[in-house]
Amino acid sequence: MTVGRPGRVVRKIILNGTGLLVFAVAVFPVFWMASTAFKPNTEIFSTTPKPLPLDPTLEHFDFVLNGRIAEVSFWEYFRNSALLAVVTVLVSSLLALTAATAVARFRFRFRTTFLIMLIVVQMVPLEALVIPLFLDLKSLNLLNSLGGLALVYIGFAVPFAIWMLRGFVAAVPRELEEAAAIDGAGPVRTFFTVLLPLVAPGLVATSIFSFITAWNEFIFAYTFLNDQDKYTLPIMLQFFFGRSGNAWGPIMAASTLLTIPVIAFFLLVQRRMVSGLTAGAVKG
Amino acid sequence: MLDTAPAVRRPPGRRSSGRARPRRRPHLGPYLLIAPTVAVIAVLMFWPMIQIGIMSFQKVGNRQLRGEPAEQVGTENFEKILGDPFFWQTVKHTVLFAVVAVSLTLVVGTLVGLLLNKLGKRMSAFVAGGVMIAWATPPVTAAIIFSWLFGSTGGLVNWALDLLPDALVGGGWSDHNWFATPLSTYTVLTVCVVWQACPFIAVSVLAGLKSIPGELYEAARVDGSGPWRTFWSITYPMLKPIFLVLLVMSIIWDFKVFTQLFIMSGMANRDAFNLSLYAYSEAFGSLNPKLGMGSAIALVLTMILLVVTALYVRVMVRQGETE
Repeated sequence: MTVGRPGRVVRKIILNGTGLLVFAVAVFPVFWMASTAFKPNTEIFSTTPKPLPLDPTLEHFDFVLNGRIAEVSFWEYFRNSALLAVVTVLVSSLLALTAATAVARFRFRFRTTFLIMLIVVQMVPLEALVIPLFLDLKSLNLLNSLGGLALVYIGFAVPFAIWMLRGFVAAVPRELEEAAAIDGAGPVRTFFTVLLPLVAPGLVATSIFSFITAWNEFIFAYTFLNDQDKYTLPIMLQFFFGRSGNAWGPIMAASTLLTIPVIAFFLLVQRRMVSGLTAGAVKG
Repeated sequence: MLDTAPAVRRPPGRRSSGRARPRRRPHLGPYLLIAPTVAVIAVLMFWPMIQIGIMSFQKVGNRQLRGEPAEQVGTENFEKILGDPFFWQTVKHTVLFAVVAVSLTLVVGTLVGLLLNKLGKRMSAFVAGGVMIAWATPPVTAAIIFSWLFGSTGGLVNWALDLLPDALVGGGWSDHNWFATPLSTYTVLTVCVVWQACPFIAVSVLAGLKSIPGELYEAARVDGSGPWRTFWSITYPMLKPIFLVLLVMSIIWDFKVFTQLFIMSGMANRDAFNLSLYAYSEAFGSLNPKLGMGSAIALVLTMILLVVTALYVRVMVRQGETE
């Protein structure tokens, strides 16, 4: 080791200083959003912006939460977003769990084909699919319905959810299942008493991923939904952009309300997201 | 469900530990397990992709939306777009943006990853946590925040640029409209997208760095190798597979960037369109929807991305990721 080498302290200061700088750059835009949300209008449009609100106010949050935005209230948008996200989570987790079990536990023909298909569909430009899916949902009478939108979100969430979950299933030792089988448990019982509890953490991670997929989605909701009472939160944000200037206070308050749960959830599972996304790429 | 049946069926007297784990017999089980997923993906992804192909040779407008059969127009849609300078302008925007954004993301992301690896444990976790916040921000919110930071009234960036000496950045920033020209719009878009994408590169590189045995660096130091040399002869070759994957993923993400540009610039600002915004606007942007034209443009984008995806799949298969 080179303890005590001259310049080591300087080096450490530079490194940590750069680290703090990176932290600041990464966090600043989100901080600025939240800070603006608490500023009265006079401070928002002040010619010399201040980092923190001098005279913090909840008026923008009050306007977003209790005022009527367009024809419906924030809570209706919230309910729509939450409902879509929950349905997406439930169905895609179920599909992902069964498919991941198949992939991690069986060797079968078309297994590799199936895995390649999962990669390919994650690369498809969803923005391009909005055109045919619009027509498909229209002919199924599912346009302008949260159910139709949930269907689309499930399709988007499932491939990555399987990709993420298969590692968790594979990590459960097969001997445990075999032992349960020898003890006379049937496959279904083995699944619920042995496999399910052990993959639960993975299931939480994929659920949060599916939740975020549905919660954040913008363009499909924007295109497919017509009635204001069906709009989701990301669409609601559009209402504050006006021809006569943008209402930045309410926009930032609403954005903060939309963003904070996502960040909180994401920080819970980020480690697993990383390993899911880059699975294997690191093995060298 | 878990294919434990063979173990149960085995006669009690037979030693199950005496031979290798029985090769799992292919039977209906796994196919039943993946069937619902395959159905969902087929209906929601593959069929629409085929539809894009079909519709790009059709005229699909208001009359077709009312239920009339689609009109076959042969290659007319493609002739129209390929002969239109505006289409090539959107291609230019798409490609140039991807090149700049991908390069910046990879370089900055890698530098941050290297930094995270050098920092002490607690500092590293602290910085990584902050960086994650940028990654976790919903694209819609990110676009809104950057529109606000670069806003012409009350925007922080203009204020800061105005404070800097005129000799450095020029004057007259106080009410500069960043969304007036495509170049400056894409500058803001690039900052926004790079800010959001770097963290993923950084944590992936960090994960890769952690997997490199420390002895290699030990040896390099003994041999008197400097940091630059060490990076190119140890770190880079060891991380090459992960760089390849990150490169391909970044290309794919940045080629199809939509939401952020849509929010920053909107559909009215045609000058700043990229391919996906152009396709969307043809299909839904006016009272006279041209879904066939939109599909033709979307098909061009999809084809480009499929080529990139093929590269990605090759890398993944070669690394045994699908085994």
